[in-house]
Amino acid sequence: MLILTCPCCGVSAEETEFHCGGEAHLKRFGPDSSDSDFETYLFQRQNPRGVHFERWRHVNGCGKWFHAARCTQTLEIFGTYPAQTTEPPQALRDRIAEKRPGWTQESVS
Amino acid sequence: MKRYSAFAIAREALRHHSGWDRAWAAPAPKKRYDVIIVGAGGHGLATAYYLGKNHGITNVAVLEKGWLGGGNTGRNTTIIRSNYLQDSSSAIYEKARSLYETLSQDLNYNVMFSPRGVMMLAQTEHEKRGYLRTAHANALQGVETEFVGPDRVRQLCPIINIDGPRYPVLGALWQPRGGTARHDAVAWGYARACSAMGIDIIQQCEVTGVRSEGGKVTGVETSKGAIDCAKLGMVVAGHSGVLAEMAGFRLPIESVALQALVSEPIKPCMDVVVMANTVHGYMSQSDKGEMVIGGGADGYNNYTQRGSFHHIEETVRALVETFPMISRLKMLRQWGGIVDMTGDRSPILSRTPLDGCFINCGWGTGGFKAIPGSGWGFAELMATGASPLTAEFGLERFREGRFVDESVAAGVAH
Amino acid sequence: MSTRLAKGGRLIDRSKRLDFTFNGKQFSGQAGDTLASALLANNQTLLGRSFKYHRPRGLIASGSEEPNALVGLGAGGSFEPNQRATTQELFSGLSAQSQNHWPSLDFDIGAVNARVSQFFPAGFYYKTFQWPRAFWKHLYEPIIRQSAGLGRAPTARDADRYEHFYAFTDVLVIGGGIAGLTAARAAADSGAEVLVLEQSADWGGRAPVDGGQIGDLEAEAHCAALVADLAARPNVRMRNRMMGAGVYDHGYVLGYERLSDHAPGTPGPRHRLWRIRAAQIITATGAIERPISFAGNDVPGVMLASAIRDYVVNWAVSPGDRTLVVTNNDDAYRSALTLHSAGLAVPAILDARPGGGGALAAQARAAGIRVETGRGIARVLGGKRVTAVAICAQAGEGAVLETIPCDAVAMSGGWSPVVHLWSHCGGKLTWDEAQAMFRPDADRAATGADGLPFVIAAGAADGEFGLAALVANAHQAGLQAAERCGHSARSGRAQPLPEIVDLPEAPIEPVWMMPQGAGSGLRAKAFLDYQNDVKVSDVQLAAQEGFESVEHAKRYTTLGMATDQGKLSNINGLAVLAGSLNAPIPAVGTTTFRPPYTPISMGAIAGEARGDLFQPLRRTPMHDWHQANGAQWEPVGHWRRPYCYPQDGESHAEAVAREITQVRGGVGLLDASTLGKIVVKGPDAGRFLDMLYTNMMSSLKPGKCRYGLMCSENGFLIDDGVVARWDDDTFLCHTTTGGAERIHAHMEEWLQTEWWDWQVYTANVTEHYAQIAVVGPKAREVIESLGAEGMESQTFPFMAWADREVAGIKARIYRISFSGELSYEIAVPASQGQALWDRLLEAGAPLGMMPYGTEALHVMRAEKGFIMIGDETDGTVIPQDLGLDWAISKKKTDYLGKRAQARSHMTDPNRWKLVGLETLDGSVLPEGAYALGAGVNANGQAVTIGRVTSTYHSPTLGRGIAMGLVLNGPDRQGEVIEFGQLDGGRVSARIVDPVFFDKDGEKQNV
Repeated sequence: MLILTCPCCGVSAEETEFHCGGEAHLKRFGPDSSDSDFETYLFQRQNPRGVHFERWRHVNGCGKWFHAARCTQTLEIFGTYPAQTTEPPQALRDRIAEKRPGWTQESVS
Repeated sequence: MKRYSAFAIAREALRHHSGWDRAWAAPAPKKRYDVIIVGAGGHGLATAYYLGKNHGITNVAVLEKGWLGGGNTGRNTTIIRSNYLQDSSSAIYEKARSLYETLSQDLNYNVMFSPRGVMMLAQTEHEKRGYLRTAHANALQGVETEFVGPDRVRQLCPIINIDGPRYPVLGALWQPRGGTARHDAVAWGYARACSAMGIDIIQQCEVTGVRSEGGKVTGVETSKGAIDCAKLGMVVAGHSGVLAEMAGFRLPIESVALQALVSEPIKPCMDVVVMANTVHGYMSQSDKGEMVIGGGADGYNNYTQRGSFHHIEETVRALVETFPMISRLKMLRQWGGIVDMTGDRSPILSRTPLDGCFINCGWGTGGFKAIPGSGWGFAELMATGASPLTAEFGLERFREGRFVDESVAAGVAH
Repeated sequence: MSTRLAKGGRLIDRSKRLDFTFNGKQFSGQAGDTLASALLANNQTLLGRSFKYHRPRGLIASGSEEPNALVGLGAGGSFEPNQRATTQELFSGLSAQSQNHWPSLDFDIGAVNARVSQFFPAGFYYKTFQWPRAFWKHLYEPIIRQSAGLGRAPTARDADRYEHFYAFTDVLVIGGGIAGLTAARAAADSGAEVLVLEQSADWGGRAPVDGGQIGDLEAEAHCAALVADLAARPNVRMRNRMMGAGVYDHGYVLGYERLSDHAPGTPGPRHRLWRIRAAQIITATGAIERPISFAGNDVPGVMLASAIRDYVVNWAVSPGDRTLVVTNNDDAYRSALTLHSAGLAVPAILDARPGGGGALAAQARAAGIRVETGRGIARVLGGKRVTAVAICAQAGEGAVLETIPCDAVAMSGGWSPVVHLWSHCGGKLTWDEAQAMFRPDADRAATGADGLPFVIAAGAADGEFGLAALVANAHQAGLQAAERCGHSARSGRAQPLPEIVDLPEAPIEPVWMMPQGAGSGLRAKAFLDYQNDVKVSDVQLAAQEGFESVEHAKRYTTLGMATDQGKLSNINGLAVLAGSLNAPIPAVGTTTFRPPYTPISMGAIAGEARGDLFQPLRRTPMHDWHQANGAQWEPVGHWRRPYCYPQDGESHAEAVAREITQVRGGVGLLDASTLGKIVVKGPDAGRFLDMLYTNMMSSLKPGKCRYGLMCSENGFLIDDGVVARWDDDTFLCHTTTGGAERIHAHMEEWLQTEWWDWQVYTANVTEHYAQIAVVGPKAREVIESLGAEGMESQTFPFMAWADREVAGIKARIYRISFSGELSYEIAVPASQGQALWDRLLEAGAPLGMMPYGTEALHVMRAEKGFIMIGDETDGTVIPQDLGLDWAISKKKTDYLGKRAQARSHMTDPNRWKLVGLETLDGSVLPEGAYALGAGVNANGQAVTIGRVTSTYHSPTLGRGIAMGLVLNGPDRQGEVIEFGQLDGGRVSARIVDPVFFDKDGEKQNV
């Protein structure tokens, strides 16, 4: 039973208050995109064994979407941040790199 | 290999069972194989078995990071059914189910396939319409199913709360030849039969890299050294993404935890498998007497083989409502497995962008029932380049928008 | 025989006699007894039969690790199978039955299995029963099922109730023994908030039985003082009869509190499931003694040495008159000394160690007890009760040196820390060679949300057994836990530890087989897993056959898979496996520890949510009226909607036909409140809806309505409904009943995560309004009679909305129709819904107005060819399949789903498309039927060319009508195709226009 902190309302709560929306920072491809780009956008996932940037919604709380960086192997949560961004904050990336030596963020597109 | 039989047991009993051989050999890897299968779970072993049996390809190695059958094959709720809606799904699951019927004899290993019948409860008008549709589809697919009314449901499974205040049972989709099998025995039986054909099963051999030249696979790097091969089949369920990454492509897959639990054993009280999709739970009773229970998958990527307890709570709540008598039984053990979910929740049995490399994954919550059919079709695909059983399960379907969507028929894990 | 001693018994109250029955026989015990101690006091030593061989089995242990003494408890709605006699407190009137035997416990036919056990080695069932094929399901399996299974299945509905409870604490201490109490005090002294759990009724754990001096006090008195001290503190909560059942991610712990198992009939719930959030968890769960593997170690009367000590000290019960002790460590000498001082005979202590024991051994010798070193048990004699023991040299092959009569055996193979809760969430173990046990590896504890460890093992659970070391370890654990929660020991008032002097002990020497060179005959009688009948020879056979991993061996032999989950058997089995493989024990590894620690009731897991509380029920403002007026309910999501309103003697079909005829010919009333209503507001609202709907919404004029389609980004049709523009900035989007929450979430997701700079707000106002549809040619008459003005088409045309007073209630009226009739949907505040409904019924009464349900609604929409989400769509259908191209904007450059719908499979001209279907004979097409093509496909399945999506009897047309998706359907109007029936028959239907009734839409435009 995970505990997440919603960066919008500041509440720390159990995962039953939240809904996970899968990988974060996907770039939307619309009507003029190639088949391959559109397929990647809709279906291809990094699914890493390790640090995962993902979307959550505080569905039984303030209702806001946000992002979390979480380890899929230890379930450690490195941090959460608002969804209105195209990439994770530098401070969070630094924190992860410090905790997971050798980790680098792959291309997030 | 010595044949297993009641006579053999009697003979061995007289000499304190000192004469039993290893069920499968433990060879060191050779330098090169015609085919390497990564993953010695049910699907991987079945693939190797049918490569040998149906296509005469026995210069095969099955590489396993841990112990054979140690993944989802040994952690599922052992339900076997083929009452699927879409033609391509019902074809491969019915192929599997029909192979299960004779698997014990075929492998000379009792996998305890027990066609006790699978019942999927209709508890809303919408669900009822959906199952009627499935029954029609099945009739034309050659899958024996029937839509039965509440009285027949009561007769088949007296412990169901038919008139439950919240979701009265309106009927059920009934597959009399569905059932269960002993999960470990399926892996062990295939392993023993593979070994007898000269196929090398190499346990505790982790693949650490995929080697290729000019876009064609040439072999793998492993914890036991490099091994060459002409063809490579990846059959590693929840870890498919990690392996695909080594081969240089991505998959439409996310790995999540699926949980299950068993009660303490009690004397027989339930002869059929019951799935209640409206309330999200299913239950059967094992030969040992345990009530075997499962529900839906957790909602986030997870490689821990642990899940959150609230899913167990939801499942048990649903089943206490559906089967009130279980309230005073006790949960003995809960566990989790990592399942690979695709974009349309149907499996992938496909060529890959890397020539000579094939992938069999994405079985999500329902892979056990498919093992023989999956092995049969995937072996054919790897050996000949095409199989009618796998034709609709290619990776390209995600680009073309040609999905195999069973969501109408399968609301929960299974 | 086993009997109650005249003196002693620290837990029993001799002044309170409790009567109970076992297998119908009357017994009596004392308050404070467990069922096990009371049975033993009555010389009832045969308590059950084993799983596979049906061997006679008695008590082995005194706690939750007991594998044998499982009973059925109570009757009817209070019956519970598989309850452990050792953890069941005795109460007056308790009724217990033994399990797994027929016809009786004393004479069990199944015991014949034991006589031929050599034919049932590990995994025998994998090797046989393959032929004849049908025999497995019809003969072999039913026999196996019937003979397995332990307790009877309950049949009655559970008479008790259960509840859930939340708790939060800094430090959770699991285990109320001396280690747990010590750790709790250290943590509490530092200022942390502490919750302590003890699974039994009594605090102190083993210490009061094992004794020892702690400062000025005996161990028992010291524990009592600790309990009193802790109980008085405001920052400490203590719960007994509560087990730490499981440790889960991020510091979530399940507590299983048994409130009335010891006193049935007590008001309140029977069990309470605690969901505890702790910053730090201390597992002070003690240790469990290991049996020794010798032949006949399962004969009733053979028990753990520590259990025998417990029965004597706690309950003044002697398990036997003459108890032989066999051990490989010093602790068992305590049991011998306890028996001796209780005046019971100990004919010998067999110490397998050639060098024997330390100070305790000297005490035993001094007490005159015969001590034999380097000796072991060759075999136990006796069937349903130990009669004697044949002793041998431990180093030999079992040649009998002497036979010693006795009626009980106390065995000790050493101790294993209880590491379950440490391990549940990923805590790792390390092998301690000196003490021959796995213990927690403090450097690899389970980690939490912050990546830091949150579990600390304490005391014996951490592998510390000497009293001094154990207490020091637990004290340290308490301080460490508090400090990790931000409570420094310095800032608190940490007390110094009292002085403790331990007796010097000789080291344990592992004995995994007794005697060391036991032949196959002895190994086949030496049990590892008592309940599942797994013997040393079984594990060795598994290894021989290549089941080399511990998981393989466990599954092949079923070792550790019984209801005790291997608490007694796992380490011994592992050692035998390692021995067979010539591998060190840690290289073989352990199996995974999974929750719960001991089984917990399903009732407790489900909690209060049963019956009416199973799921929340959503009610419209008119729900009670529907109920009172005979509505046949249909569950739709968490709502219930009236399916129809049958009148006296009417079938559902007749009621539906009556309702439809009334609406088409007069006027009817529908509770449409469950339809989703989402307000979308802001300067960018139009732009936003243009992305959400396939058609253009930004061009809609205020005061007007437009039907719209919504697709997923993957192209599939997910919802439909009428959008009304309230003003320039504001739209109201109607959704399907099941879609309100889903569509609102869908809107928010896109707004917040993709177009976050657009100025739009959304609000789901579904429950704010009651919405009542007044439908039929006479609808206008009804609402005008209630004062609604200007309702005629010239001023209020189809697809407009207007604010009016109806029956004096301020209302917003939408002139929209899902039936093809003149129709006004009247929205009023939810609180006014019932009033409006009543006034409408009154006003409509002279016109015969009556309510209609969802089925009439569905039939009427099908008569009109309107699609229904969930019928015509199933998640695989795109709007283009349904002939809805008119509702897909060609002007817009983008909308959700547009790119997806351009993929090759979506633009394939051979997709199945919507048509109407009419059977040639007027019958109703079967629900869900498929249309047949020619021949079979590559997999031998019949080729299909379409399917029925909706099918009804139309009372309006007096015949069956259907909608369906058919290959090239719209181009095949008039063609007759065949549909399959479930009985294998065929039915022919003609492809027609999907609009069956009022094709030009004249009725809704009047």
